[in-house]
Amino acid sequence: MADLSVNLPGLNLRNPVLTASGTFGYGREYTDFIDLSQLGGIIVKGTTLHAREGNPYPRMAETPAGMLNAVGLQNKGVDYFIAHIYPEVSRYDTRVLVNVSGSTIEDYVACAEKIQALDKIPAIELNVSCPNVKHGGMAFGVTVEGISSVVSAVRRVYHKHLMVKLSPNVTDIAEIAKAAEAAGADSVSLINTLLGMSIDAEKRRPRLSTVTGGLSGACVKPVALRMVWQVAKAVGIPVIGLGGIQSATDAIEFLLAGASAVQIGTANFIDPAVSVKVVQGIEDYCERHHIEAVSSLTAALEI
Amino acid sequence: MRLVGKREWPNAVLLKLRSDVLPLPAAAPGQFVQVRVDQSPATYLRRPISIHFIDEKQQELWLLVRKAGAGTRAMASWPVQTMVNLVMPLGHPFTLSGLSSSDKVLLTGGGIGLAPLLYLGKVLSQKGLRPVFLLGGRTSDDLIQIPEFEQYGEVCLSSEDGSAGARGLLTRHPVLKERTFDRIYCCGPKPMMVAVAAYARERGIWCEVSLENTMACGLGACLCCVEETTEGHRCVCQDGPVFNINQLKWQI
Repeated sequence: MADLSVNLPGLNLRNPVLTASGTFGYGREYTDFIDLSQLGGIIVKGTTLHAREGNPYPRMAETPAGMLNAVGLQNKGVDYFIAHIYPEVSRYDTRVLVNVSGSTIEDYVACAEKIQALDKIPAIELNVSCPNVKHGGMAFGVTVEGISSVVSAVRRVYHKHLMVKLSPNVTDIAEIAKAAEAAGADSVSLINTLLGMSIDAEKRRPRLSTVTGGLSGACVKPVALRMVWQVAKAVGIPVIGLGGIQSATDAIEFLLAGASAVQIGTANFIDPAVSVKVVQGIEDYCERHHIEAVSSLTAALEI
Repeated sequence: MRLVGKREWPNAVLLKLRSDVLPLPAAAPGQFVQVRVDQSPATYLRRPISIHFIDEKQQELWLLVRKAGAGTRAMASWPVQTMVNLVMPLGHPFTLSGLSSSDKVLLTGGGIGLAPLLYLGKVLSQKGLRPVFLLGGRTSDDLIQIPEFEQYGEVCLSSEDGSAGARGLLTRHPVLKERTFDRIYCCGPKPMMVAVAAYARERGIWCEVSLENTMACGLGACLCCVEETTEGHRCVCQDGPVFNINQLKWQI
């Protein structure tokens, strides 16, 4: 049987499959369908220093082979997470990462510090790429200066694995990734959602309360794959690939393009057990291709 | 589950499903299922469909589906024997606790909102109640499964064009003036539910409504289908779809 483990700096994963923030709740929503211990890890819902109600309804519009969302980081804040959710997720036999977001650098720093104190959270994913909040979020992730300032500020206080989630809504994602690396990121994950829009022609109204929202699902996969390939060539730190992955074949394409691990997002909505099926499918692929370690697939694309 | 029977009307289809291997999971009135629609390229997400009826003897789950868009039209085109991928049961059901057999209960549904009331009516009748069903639609084409409803209570009909029952909006039906009710369970388009909620509130009647906000995951994970409540944004898929009107921030 192939060795599926993935060793990221300060973060060892049983296998390369994580579930993406915002699509998997706190894991407990999926325990009727899968055994969480079969995953490399889960990344829980975007967490901010203070509670956020998120955007008004409607927040979702289906698109061909995808969906737009404008949830806007609804969550009860990091203190609530620590008091009420951490005790439960800390018992899971898988890696639990927290996605951290904020409106100001001070918020990111304060939130990261609080999560650092939690023994069973080995890493955070810094969300500098949420397209659905007015302040902060994606604003940090679309310029070299923005990403440098927030990543270096968090790096000063956060000493575990720091994953930085990148926005695809930029001209040159490789430049942004390099800036994250230079500011101290241990890995980068990409892509967050693509800024999009949907209109109801009959009503002459936007379908989302925020007019624009983040596009995800199968339709974004070619864009995500291209960006992972570009970023993996540009940086020395590990790349975590996500965007439209629905099958083991999709996941392997991301590994070949340069990813060390992958995240499954929107596909969880269509098949709540898909993440475990992807793990199984990667194992089958390795067996079929006589691959001893899944890590050997990373950037193994032949051009 | 396997599609074992269907019946079609101009605006809706009834799908009867049965598992070849497993007993039907226990489900309560007001809960829903998430249906995967594989044969429709324009349909990416599952379709949340309320449980219309459960026939324990036949081990059948009935879904009554309005032909609203590409996904539900694809469902309507499924031939009998089609294997259907469902996630069920989901959501918070209608509240049945605290009912006494002498309670006068109104079950009111507008359009396809009548769907979840049949199974609710059956469960209420098993508790010795005989509810009043007030069912409304645009035309008689929307008023379907009426003989089924008649098994479990008294049925009052209304249609906007007068083609069946009282003419006009459901909320103008004389039964609402002539009778008094202790409880109301309601499902339908939002303006109709707001009007029913206003009727209930004026008279101090306990009232639950079932919402149908657009959903993605159906599991409480994505936070897309939220409704504003007295406790902030709540997921219709998990905290609902059934809410007491006192929980909602509707202008009623």
